Amino acid sequence: MHIHRFERLWLTFGMAILGLFIAVLAVAALGEGFVPPSNVQTIDPTKVAQTPPFDHPGLRKVGDHAYEAYYVAHIFSFDPPAITVPAGSHVTFYVTSTDVEHGFSIPATGVNVMVTPGWVSSVSHTFKDAGTFLLLCNEFCGIAHQTMFAKVVVR
Amino acid sequence: MGSAHWPDDPAYDLSREKGDLLVLTHIYTATLVLGIGALFGVLQGFSRADFITMPAWFDYYRMLTVHGVLMALVFTTFFITGLLTYATYRSIPRVRSVRWNWIGYGVMLVGTVTTALTILSGNATVLYTFYAPLKASPFFYFGATLLVAGTWFVAGDIIENVVWFKRNNRKVLIPLPAFVSVCTMTMWIIATLGVTAEMLILIPWSLGWTPGVDVSLTRMLFWYFGHPLVYFWIMGAYVIWYLVVPTAFGGTVFSDALTRLAFVSLLLLSTPVGLHHEYLDPGISSGWKFLHTVLTFGVVIPSFMTAFAIFATFEIAARKHGVTGFWNIVRWLPWRDPAFAGPAFGMILFIFGGFGGIVNNSYSMDVLVHNTMWIVGHFHITVGGPVALTFVGAAYRLVPSLARRRLFAPKLALASIYLWFVGMVAMSFSMHWAGLLGAPRRTSVVSYAGSAVAATWHVPMVCAALGGVFVALGVLCFVIVATGTYFTNRRAEDNPALDFAPVDTAAGKTPAILDNLRGWAALAIVLAVLAYIGPMAQQLNAHAYLAPGMRTW
Repeated sequence: MHIHRFERLWLTFGMAILGLFIAVLAVAALGEGFVPPSNVQTIDPTKVAQTPPFDHPGLRKVGDHAYEAYYVAHIFSFDPPAITVPAGSHVTFYVTSTDVEHGFSIPATGVNVMVTPGWVSSVSHTFKDAGTFLLLCNEFCGIAHQTMFAKVVVR
Repeated sequence: MGSAHWPDDPAYDLSREKGDLLVLTHIYTATLVLGIGALFGVLQGFSRADFITMPAWFDYYRMLTVHGVLMALVFTTFFITGLLTYATYRSIPRVRSVRWNWIGYGVMLVGTVTTALTILSGNATVLYTFYAPLKASPFFYFGATLLVAGTWFVAGDIIENVVWFKRNNRKVLIPLPAFVSVCTMTMWIIATLGVTAEMLILIPWSLGWTPGVDVSLTRMLFWYFGHPLVYFWIMGAYVIWYLVVPTAFGGTVFSDALTRLAFVSLLLLSTPVGLHHEYLDPGISSGWKFLHTVLTFGVVIPSFMTAFAIFATFEIAARKHGVTGFWNIVRWLPWRDPAFAGPAFGMILFIFGGFGGIVNNSYSMDVLVHNTMWIVGHFHITVGGPVALTFVGAAYRLVPSLARRRLFAPKLALASIYLWFVGMVAMSFSMHWAGLLGAPRRTSVVSYAGSAVAATWHVPMVCAALGGVFVALGVLCFVIVATGTYFTNRRAEDNPALDFAPVDTAAGKTPAILDNLRGWAALAIVLAVLAYIGPMAQQLNAHAYLAPGMRTW
């Protein structure tokens, strides 16, 4: 099979870019821990209200500037509806759904994860600056999906 | 390799006699669906820009479901089944029965009508992804299954023709148009097994025969199908880019072997990549997701090959006419021919679609864009621009040749392409912009109780809505031209059939291994199994929760 010299060059260039992109992502993943949220932890959605720590959703201080926030997502709200943390806090979110598929996203941050009934999703973020952040459901969950949001206040 | 042997007299062009009405029916069905889908698209843009609020009796999400299902699943599928049928019939002339293809069309149509009526009646507001445990009426799942099952009849017809050809011409390569058709349909059959398996879970559940479904499993089965679905569209567009576009300026197919190789690569790389739609899902280890990242990037090979082949086709044809130099070649190309301008503008948009796709696939980077308007921008600048513009452009050649009529209002046809292109640039770029600002997709109201970040989304969404108006005007022009061509009945009995571009003989012989579709199909299945066996086992082992269905709309 004849492949034109320019095409060989072009495909080599394409393969090199491909290799570079994969290498960058692999180094970021292995070296810096930049991986998509992939928590593998199950929960019975019918017993969320009895399962600690989701029986008391909310914020827990676990160290200096370190917090864990437990959320229950259900149509059409998040519990807790608001949390407040000091600027510079590293917050690890744990979210689970008691009904349908939801999304858990804080625009303008890297917080974005799907919430599937039966699983506990987890994602973490360091809130450097003060401000009020919108936390919203970004997967269609029903007729009032657009009203499903909460807030994260950073002081 | 010898030359093809035809048991039937090729002078008696039976492929035209029997196939024309069939192909035309597929394409007119796609045209009608596109027109309806575009109307809902405009309403959606207006809703998101806060120009209108949809009434409670026909809410935003119902409209969104109609738009998504009609555009993503119905319009594209009918056009591609028509196109591939044409490519096969035209390149394998024989006395044939078109009965199975008609049956396939009928099954697809019954499925489409059932699904559409179920959504319109408000009993299936589940969007085109129908994620469980949102539970639609059983008619929705039945209809969608019939739509898929119908395509198998069409695929069977195409495969039967190729098998017949091979039986009579053991030592001859499958004609290129038939090869790319059967390659695309092979990919489609492998991919649709995923959604069929999902339907076998969802249908008994929606009928109340089973108490619950494994939500994660159905998501994985959906995306096993969902990504090859988009490559199905791309392969349909590639058929036109490789084989029809060169005929607009007397060009040739750059290389027979490389065209086959591009399609074989897409066959192999379509299925084992679906997890890049589930990067943010819980319950799937990050390692499996990375495997799919690497495999997804493999699409760079057919993409780069296609880009090279298309531009080489332009340059070779231009040089034959004594035209040299980049801008001279650009000016020489027939931009006033809508059948060229459509696919050509589609190619330009596709470059940006590729850039965006790299971002989406970039593993950890996906958190910045997942389920934002960026994604909506991405699929409009891929399927809504390149694929749809290519189909529309090709329809301007196919419809007059099949209907043996003169093209109605050629200037309106050209206007449709330019309106569409300008509108799509404005719309999809604005959507990408809104997405980068964090605007979510799939939501009816974007003010979020006066949130400051939500206020930044308004301007790009207004731009997107206005761009959408231009796209819809382009669609309207297309529908007028396509229906006008048939119903004004300006007959042109001597219209030549649309022929595919000849292959450039300078490119050399095609290795026989590229023609071995059984082998490639087997390899594609092996790759799909290897890519999914790990994550699938992880889900099945970890998780036994079966969700009851819910109707939350």
